[in-house]
Amino acid sequence: MVTSTSRPAAPATAPARLLRRRRVTVGSAALYTVAALAALLWLVPLLWAFATSVKPEGETTVMPPAWLTPNATFEAYAQVLGRGDIIRWTMNSLITTTIVTALTLVVCVLAAYGFSRFDFRGRGWLFALVIGGILIPPQVLIVPQFVLMTQLGLVDTYWGVALPQVVAPVFVFILKRFFDAIPRDYEDAAKMDGAGPLLVLWSVILPLSRPILTAVGIFTFIGAWNNFLWPFIVVNDPEMMTLPVGLGTVLGQYGIQYAQVMASAVLGALPLLVVYLLFQRHIVTGVAGAGIKG
Amino acid sequence: MTSQTSAPAPRTSPGAPPRADRDLVDVRRRPTTWTGLWFVLPFLAFYLLFLLWPAVVGLGYTFTDRSLAGGPLSFVGPDNWQESLTDRALYDSLWNTLWFTILSVPLMVLLALGLALLTDHARRLGWFLRLSFFAPFVLPVAVMTLIWNWMYNPSLGLFNGTLARFGVQGPEWLFSEDTAMFSVVIATAWWQVGFNYLLYLAAMQSIPKDVYEAAAIDGAGAWQRVGRITLPLLARTTALITVLQLIGSLRVFEQIYLMTMGGPNFATRTVIQYIYDSGFVGLRVGLASSMAYIFMVLIIAASIAQFRLFSRKEA
Repeated sequence: MVTSTSRPAAPATAPARLLRRRRVTVGSAALYTVAALAALLWLVPLLWAFATSVKPEGETTVMPPAWLTPNATFEAYAQVLGRGDIIRWTMNSLITTTIVTALTLVVCVLAAYGFSRFDFRGRGWLFALVIGGILIPPQVLIVPQFVLMTQLGLVDTYWGVALPQVVAPVFVFILKRFFDAIPRDYEDAAKMDGAGPLLVLWSVILPLSRPILTAVGIFTFIGAWNNFLWPFIVVNDPEMMTLPVGLGTVLGQYGIQYAQVMASAVLGALPLLVVYLLFQRHIVTGVAGAGIKG
Repeated sequence: MTSQTSAPAPRTSPGAPPRADRDLVDVRRRPTTWTGLWFVLPFLAFYLLFLLWPAVVGLGYTFTDRSLAGGPLSFVGPDNWQESLTDRALYDSLWNTLWFTILSVPLMVLLALGLALLTDHARRLGWFLRLSFFAPFVLPVAVMTLIWNWMYNPSLGLFNGTLARFGVQGPEWLFSEDTAMFSVVIATAWWQVGFNYLLYLAAMQSIPKDVYEAAAIDGAGAWQRVGRITLPLLARTTALITVLQLIGSLRVFEQIYLMTMGGPNFATRTVIQYIYDSGFVGLRVGLASSMAYIFMVLIIAASIAQFRLFSRKEA
């Protein structure tokens, strides 16, 4: 209703427009105040983390808590970065997350395409089996999965972290529904030129599916980057830890250097905040697409 | 197969034979029967190796005294099941998980609705509101818990420090059995509500504007329009968000583990943590697996019940 005044609402009668304009001026001030306050309140934890991180270590525990310090310093960041492990963990996260995202996209797209476009024996129950997998909470499989990783010799390796995370039945489901909705006419021209199924997928289906692929890619990336339980279990060597695991377990050992702890938190938050800012539009439409269609 | 009901209606192209309902698969496909299987195979390999196989093997473990420490393996029959099912601590952890769910689901649905309504009406702040309400969602769990543990610190934290300024003695937050679960729920809501919020926002913005215009011309006030138009049209979205949040909340583990380690006095230990404790601290694979199975059965039952309720509502 607020924007309706800024955009010319064509056929509204004059009294109605008058009515709406008055409501905007009275109501919107309160509305915007509440909205702005709520948003600021929501930012408090992040702002407080930053405020703490730029204090000299001696000032972090002074009561009552102060938001600003006259002695602001990036000393804590220098300390944290100088120790190097947070950079190491970020690299580990980047490597494992890239493996998970790439493999998930390839494997799920192929499967969704197979289920969407071909009839083959066992298709029905195989698809039911895959969909049934959505119901299994992966967390309950940690014990046998860990035993399996021990047997495969993948404990404390990137592959050990990444491979079990690739199984994402829900993405097969979402992608298949998207592929199902693409009219088959589009493929005919390519087929007449003698393109095989893989080429049809690559040159016809995938270009039409860019929004859903971006959304699946981003959400796989965020999910894998932030996954805690599995990397926590399969990695014991601090050198091989991902960022969330390193921050969650090793950091406690540095004691109560709160400026440094908060500097680590800010550094740990940065990569995905940057990703979010870069892909904000895709994330919003991705959630919308998954929500409305799923 | 199951999803085909929701696929778009088969188009009728001139010359094509009329299609039976089973016939969404292209009639002009190549006559090979196995091509599709090749496409599905890589996924199936991952699925079998990392999901189905552990699930089956895990079931086998429940009948053995397998230990992560190694040692001779013997068949123990239903002993693990008996021990789990009569274990007071397992029921306590099940209750903690349920209590977390009861507290968090309504909060995270209503909060998301409220924030989305604000954003939908305060359009000129849209970018800023979306940023602050959704940004916490992308934080790694450990970042969230580091920040909130620091704010919750009873003697040095932001909350009690600010309260003290007004002469109020703040609670012990994570360090008291009475407040620990509430504290965890509040932090979780801040961290995860953004996803529900975006779902609501997308649904709100897909409501055609002229519906509101028409209502305004008929003299409906802002509150009436929200109550009579927006909320009823969001019923389906609300059901979806509730289902997703319920399943998500039942699986809670990480943030609680990092914030309280399940304490104080196990007041916040969830089932998944208890499974973890039994398997990776107590090293008893068989026992942990039987608990995992009990929990999995409960979760699957809850999910199926939810989906049934949900689809009946839609029908």
